[in-house]
Amino acid sequence: MAKINWFYFAAPNTFYPLAGKMIPWFAAAAAILAAIGLYVGFFVAPTDFQQGEGYRIIFVHVPTAWMSMFLYVVMAFWAAIGLAFNTRLSSMMAQAIAPTGALMAFLALWTGSLWGKPMWGAWWVWDARLTSELILLFLYIGFMALQASIDDPRRADRAGAVLAIVGVINVPIIYFSVQWWNTLHQGASVSVMKSPSMASTMLWGMLLMALAFWMYSIAVVLVRVRAIILERERTSDWVRDVKARGAAA
Amino acid sequence: MKWESASQFFAMGGYGLYVWGSYAVALAVVAIEIAMARTRFRRAIAEAPGPETESDAA
Repeated sequence: MAKINWFYFAAPNTFYPLAGKMIPWFAAAAAILAAIGLYVGFFVAPTDFQQGEGYRIIFVHVPTAWMSMFLYVVMAFWAAIGLAFNTRLSSMMAQAIAPTGALMAFLALWTGSLWGKPMWGAWWVWDARLTSELILLFLYIGFMALQASIDDPRRADRAGAVLAIVGVINVPIIYFSVQWWNTLHQGASVSVMKSPSMASTMLWGMLLMALAFWMYSIAVVLVRVRAIILERERTSDWVRDVKARGAAA
Repeated sequence: MKWESASQFFAMGGYGLYVWGSYAVALAVVAIEIAMARTRFRRAIAEAPGPETESDAA
């Protein structure tokens, strides 16, 4: 049986071209899934019996909220690997994920606000779900600000990793907030434990859009991680070779 | 087709401002993020020392 050396791609110089090859595929998958997801969400999914057409915000709200939490866990995972094993690429991945995670958290809050106003009569309430999601946004911003404030990249990696790991505790708090506290925010419409409490075409639109945002996140994070690799490895010979071969390849 | 006209579609049953406000900002954020990530990558390539810098140094 052929053995695959998984550590081969752990080096920035081998991961760089691999990431370059993967980006168009993830970008194309994101575009196709978003097109199908939006079609299902706007033209197939029925009108909600309680919230009318206003509920259609769900197709961007839930996927961005899911991604904001998922990306945080992935970011903390890579940061922790970088801290434990001193692997450069892991820390670069964590650094590349943070801005996308922050934008997902921002979009979850923004779309939630535009949903809350017509349904609850308020743009914002200090409810457990909303507050913990706002803390998630601040954790992302704090991670980026902390790393930006430290000149030595390896020290910045370690400091950021500690913050990212401690902040992971917030993710289950966001997820379970609607069960633990009496929130204005509704409970989960989709859960692994029970069948979803929504029409199947609504669910499909949401899942397609979630996949689209997932593929998008991978594509944009890979673009950013390649930039970070070049910024950090600029003094090495392989970067010189990459540039000699015609840069973008 | 569940919508009878384009104007009905854009009105979103009276929730047009909220629904389109969500999607417009999401689209803008995604477009800006793509542009910023690509700019950062192009700048990283441009600022990386290439063969020409080597010959300059030599």
